[in-house]
Amino acid sequence: MYRIVSALFLAENIKKIEIEAPRIAKKRKAGQFVMIRVGESGERIPLTIAGSDPLKGTITIIVQGMGKSTKELNSKEAGDTISDMVGPLGVPSHIEKFGTAVSIGGGVGTAIAYPTAVALKEAGNYVITINGARSKELVILEKEMVAVSDEAYITTDDGSCGFHGFVTQKLQELIDSGRTIDYVLAIGPIPMMKAIAEVTRPYKIKTVVSLNPIMVDGTGMCGGCRVSVDNQIKFACVDGPEFDAHLVDFKNLSDRNKIYQTEEKQSIETYTHECKLNKQM
Amino acid sequence: MDAQHITTKERLAIPRQVMPAQPPEVRIHNFNEVHLGYTPELARQEALRCIQCKDPVCIKGCPVNIKIDQFIKMIAEGNFLGAAKKIKEDNVLPSICGRVCPQEDQCEKMCILTKKHESVAIGNLERFAGDYERETGNVELPAVKPSTGKKVAVIGSGPAGLSCANDLIQMGHAVTVFEALHELGGVLVYGIPEFRLPKEIVRAEIEGLKQLGVKFVTNAVAGRSITVDELLKEEMFDAVFIGVGAGLPWFMGIPGENLLGVYSANEFLTRINLMKSYRFPENDTPVFNCKGKNVAVFGGGNTALDAVRTAKRLGAEHAYIVYRRSEAEMPARLEELHHAQKEGIEFMLLMNPVEFIGNDEQWLTGVKCIRMELGEPDDSGRRRPVPLPDSEFTLPIDMAVISIGNGSNPLIKQTTPDIEVSKRDTIVVDINTMATSKENVYAGGDIVTGGATVILAMGAGRTAAAAIHEKLMGIDAD
Repeated sequence: MYRIVSALFLAENIKKIEIEAPRIAKKRKAGQFVMIRVGESGERIPLTIAGSDPLKGTITIIVQGMGKSTKELNSKEAGDTISDMVGPLGVPSHIEKFGTAVSIGGGVGTAIAYPTAVALKEAGNYVITINGARSKELVILEKEMVAVSDEAYITTDDGSCGFHGFVTQKLQELIDSGRTIDYVLAIGPIPMMKAIAEVTRPYKIKTVVSLNPIMVDGTGMCGGCRVSVDNQIKFACVDGPEFDAHLVDFKNLSDRNKIYQTEEKQSIETYTHECKLNKQM
Repeated sequence: MDAQHITTKERLAIPRQVMPAQPPEVRIHNFNEVHLGYTPELARQEALRCIQCKDPVCIKGCPVNIKIDQFIKMIAEGNFLGAAKKIKEDNVLPSICGRVCPQEDQCEKMCILTKKHESVAIGNLERFAGDYERETGNVELPAVKPSTGKKVAVIGSGPAGLSCANDLIQMGHAVTVFEALHELGGVLVYGIPEFRLPKEIVRAEIEGLKQLGVKFVTNAVAGRSITVDELLKEEMFDAVFIGVGAGLPWFMGIPGENLLGVYSANEFLTRINLMKSYRFPENDTPVFNCKGKNVAVFGGGNTALDAVRTAKRLGAEHAYIVYRRSEAEMPARLEELHHAQKEGIEFMLLMNPVEFIGNDEQWLTGVKCIRMELGEPDDSGRRRPVPLPDSEFTLPIDMAVISIGNGSNPLIKQTTPDIEVSKRDTIVVDINTMATSKENVYAGGDIVTGGATVILAMGAGRTAAAAIHEKLMGIDAD
């Protein structure tokens, strides 16, 4: 059992959860993830580590309630426990002094882009962050991103905060302004990462994305998380999760993530129904 | 008949006793064990068939040299608990090995009776003895020697790790087992299905180790959560045994392998066995719904048969084995092959897949195969399958399970570069001690041999335990 130390909603449906895990807290590096099983009948889900406190022995994850497991996790409060957590898994982000590095987070992807932005800054890069969300209420880690950035931008689809438009448009604007960009990290929904890859491709800017395929064990044993990179099979859990954006087959990733659509719908409907019943009682 | 006064002729007249089993038409609808086990009467009857050779060659066929003649004699005399103890002198997991060892290639192959009759059912008797001891509540904890003050870390709780831990704890060493998954047992739990090895047996064996004082840590991935160097230098373990199993599943490298509905056997079996997805939605992990669908499993080993029989039990309309050689070359246990045949598994032999075909939504709809014929023997000594020209055809399938073996997990290699590995990334050891190139680090099981058997892994765990003991206690092996 792993104890939750604190739990706080950052935006609607997006919760920051701090969990006791001294070994993971000591070892984890930017870009790595944990596998979590919320309860005894739960599935194993991968979640990227947003931060850690080695002295306190805790790690932080930021979770958007999408399916049953993430909603169940988001219902947890400080003092509650989860059944299992294992990590840190995956290859840490490749960090070096690139020069000017742009770290782009879309939606809850910002939670994953943040620790890597911190590492890029520590490595001496000039860090530009672009923090995208649908609207103002869904912008997360605004202060943290500003603190770690030499330049920080917020974009919203509806223009309710910051730049009115997509993160891709902001990136294009930066490129068009004629400045040199040496490295781009993009983490968010698949269509966003794919679009970013297309923005940087003509300029041959090194671009890295963090992929989120369905996983079971997370240690290389099952191959369920295989992705096509440069037409070769790679396992996101042991070869990734970060890959060269210009070589990733995003369509295949997006297709493969739909394999359990029917079952996911069934799970979430049952869960929501049970939650309502519990509330009524 | 009486074990004391029976002539060899009378022994030979007894037919090999068939172990009662669930009928195929019943068992394809459940996940309960196929075999129901010998009754004491059947076991004694079968044990009487053993002619008690002066030179029991069966023992030479056993990778851990169980005193087969002796334990069978005890069963014949009705001393079932004595038989279990006798086996446990050499094999700590009789209930497991009796079920999963390929006896027809080991002890039973050597049995002198096979010249004119069927061999003694050694595996069935081993299983009986182990089950009898456990089911009658007579498992006695072995004596543990006084503490040596030495600490050993065992990485992996599969057959290699469990047997290594068992021996070390009895020698008086403190043992901690680190397991990557949330449940203990390794391949015995995530890989081998319930209908072939009930998980209750694995849990009982692990419970026994806990009572002996073995500590278990789940959710600890070697190389990620903790490295070998950290175990030695920071956590002050005196030695480390690596028994992490094989790892990364191989794919075939043919077009369409990333279509929806194409699984590795590891993934399919893990979802079912470990995550219990056959209980979806009570359990959260989903799996492809095989009901009324056509499922093809590619490969001819035990894992392939486990996967295809699992698909059948989940309601597959057609459950195929597609294998590029013929039945004679299949590496699976003979008994499993027979069970599968009786369960209505369809064998598409001498066929090789060349391409998976999908629809617009990227769901698998079929597999293009080519027919093969057997040519000259290859490196493995088996006749090499050669494609027949112009023999391509398409088999309509909804789900594919690839079961052609595993590569090595790269995590140890990546994080402990001073452990020597082979070209195939398996760990290189001295086979007499299982010592790796790194001081005080030992390894055994599939991470050393590549995909092999439970009994070989257990044997390796025991060899390593003996060598670790000698090293830690400063005993000169010569």
